[in-house]
Amino acid sequence: MTDRPNITATSGATPAGAAPMILSDAPRSQWADAWYQFRHHRGAMAGMFCFFAIILFVTVGPYIWTVDPGALDTRNRFAGPSPAHPMGTMQLGQDVMAQVMFGGRISLAVGLVAMFITLLLGTLIGVLAGFFKSLDGILMRLTDLFLALPVLPLLLVIIMLFREPLSQRFGTEAGIFILMVTVIGLTSWMPVARIVRGDILAIKEREFVLAARSIGTPPPRLILRHILPNVLSPIMVSGTLAVANAIITESALSYLGLGFPSDFPTWGKILIDAVQYTERAPWMVIFPGVLISLTVLSVNYMGDGMRDALDPRIRGR
Amino acid sequence: MVTYIIRRLVLAVPALIFISFIIFMIVKLSPSDPTANLPLTIPPEVREQIRESLGVNEPLVGQYLRWARMMFITEPLIMLEDALCSQDRLPGRVLPDGCWQIVPPDTSRIISYQTRSPVFDLIAVSLPQTLWVVGTSYIIGILIGVPLGIISAYKQYSVTDQAATFFSMVGFSIPTFFTGTMAIIIFSVWTPTDAWWWLPSSYTTTHVVNDWDSFVFQLRQMILPMMVLGLYNAAQISRYMRASMLDNLQQDYVRTARAKGMGERVVVLRHVLRNSLIPVVTVIALNVPAVFGGALITEQVFRVNGIGYQLIQAIRGADVPMVQTISFIFAVLVVTFNLIADVLYGILDPRIRYD
Repeated sequence: MTDRPNITATSGATPAGAAPMILSDAPRSQWADAWYQFRHHRGAMAGMFCFFAIILFVTVGPYIWTVDPGALDTRNRFAGPSPAHPMGTMQLGQDVMAQVMFGGRISLAVGLVAMFITLLLGTLIGVLAGFFKSLDGILMRLTDLFLALPVLPLLLVIIMLFREPLSQRFGTEAGIFILMVTVIGLTSWMPVARIVRGDILAIKEREFVLAARSIGTPPPRLILRHILPNVLSPIMVSGTLAVANAIITESALSYLGLGFPSDFPTWGKILIDAVQYTERAPWMVIFPGVLISLTVLSVNYMGDGMRDALDPRIRGR
Repeated sequence: MVTYIIRRLVLAVPALIFISFIIFMIVKLSPSDPTANLPLTIPPEVREQIRESLGVNEPLVGQYLRWARMMFITEPLIMLEDALCSQDRLPGRVLPDGCWQIVPPDTSRIISYQTRSPVFDLIAVSLPQTLWVVGTSYIIGILIGVPLGIISAYKQYSVTDQAATFFSMVGFSIPTFFTGTMAIIIFSVWTPTDAWWWLPSSYTTTHVVNDWDSFVFQLRQMILPMMVLGLYNAAQISRYMRASMLDNLQQDYVRTARAKGMGERVVVLRHVLRNSLIPVVTVIALNVPAVFGGALITEQVFRVNGIGYQLIQAIRGADVPMVQTISFIFAVLVVTFNLIADVLYGILDPRIRYD
């Protein structure tokens, strides 16, 4: 797969009917090929539509559904789903749908930013360990050590201890957001580093790297131009897993009472605040919970499809 | 093999010491004050005395060494005393006659800020609850996940396979706190209390099983927490099981076995299953940290008095010694299971030679 695209395109990965077309047309790129595979993965396509629908729901939604999430309507407390309130209302008559839209922005933002931090750290450590032999031992021991850390208890401890000083410096919301994405990133980069290192160890020995090295390419450019593009696909797959993991971790932390403050709701926070009213208003629990689950499910399906599309060896698993 | 196990054990010791140091430092370096939760009427000099008595003004390394001595020497020896002695302790931690008093009764132990009692007394009560929840849910997970993985790999792309894959995808995408809450809504809130399928929403840890009725009660209160965590485990295990079975089903030895005229049952359940279980065992053991995290949340949802629940209580109360000790116990559990995974891998797979 790391070879030039037209070689992959004619191998068994593509359906036989497409083969003659390649000979006449310009060679298809590796990415076009992967996209072709991805499109034929039903779960991945469903996941992608679902994920984009959720993103539209939380970004464009508030402009269409212009109800203020904080607006109180004490005559309509605990009202069930109705045309006026499609997802019902909360304990003080707030509209659940408006709350869920704003909460989703934060949940998704945490997921995406934490993913970038995870990928950045994981790729950096993986590249350094895989490319420079002298760093390999110590970095991999560090990775093992981090893997042995009990992540959730540690996250709880860190957040409990550092939320106050950070809130004072950056403001409550920004402080907790920074803390949340940093600690999630810091505790989930290890699998990415391992995968990247493994792939780089193999790619490093290939002829094209030797060729690049022999014409005097300096190590930074060797890594950026020749090696990194070849490990991009496992990194992308790890990225989807990282988004799912970060969203679940954030909501779990909120659930345990160590997330964002109540006036700054995320899906997990709305859910935990609603648990005490489960008997009167189950929709307050169900809608945010379903949205968390749906987001994670669709991201996981996208990851599955991407892995199938980008790695011809495991296609059809 | 034995040398390998010994080497791994020896290597685990510095790792654990390092982890304990990290945990200690994170908790200590944080700008939290153990007297912050005390009433504001306490004058500053008394406050200072309280800090002095808690030992928070000493140099950090000294504090760490003191904690480490209590953690690694005093507490294990006290556990040993308890194990050797069949009678109850007298007041003041003095052992009755005929027992071996290894640690002098006035040796300082790790004391919780909240309850003023030794941290390990609380942990001794709650750790079995956590291990019970995690252990049972693992058994449920294996009982559901392994057969599901086998069937869906053997009938790849069949309706059963699609359904099983969907189940496992859903199972590990839905967070345990949501499944737990939904289970409570369905089985405790919406179900009439006198129906036979009504299940209690919280777990009574002090419940004693001594007759049939109390046994039934215990069983009923276990169902929800165990199923929630068990289904999560089953989803993970069936996914790995399926991938591993698919790898093995295409191997040459399977064709050979079939060519010899062996029945499908023998081929799949004896030849393929045994080989496929090897990677699954390691993956199961490596997943232990995630499962303990899940247990922490499940304990919170169903109010199980395990160490996860204790940890949350301690975090809310800024109980530094308790937080340090429980986090470290989590680390010990994780390292132990990683070790078990590696050793099991070597025992199960004769191709792997560590020496």
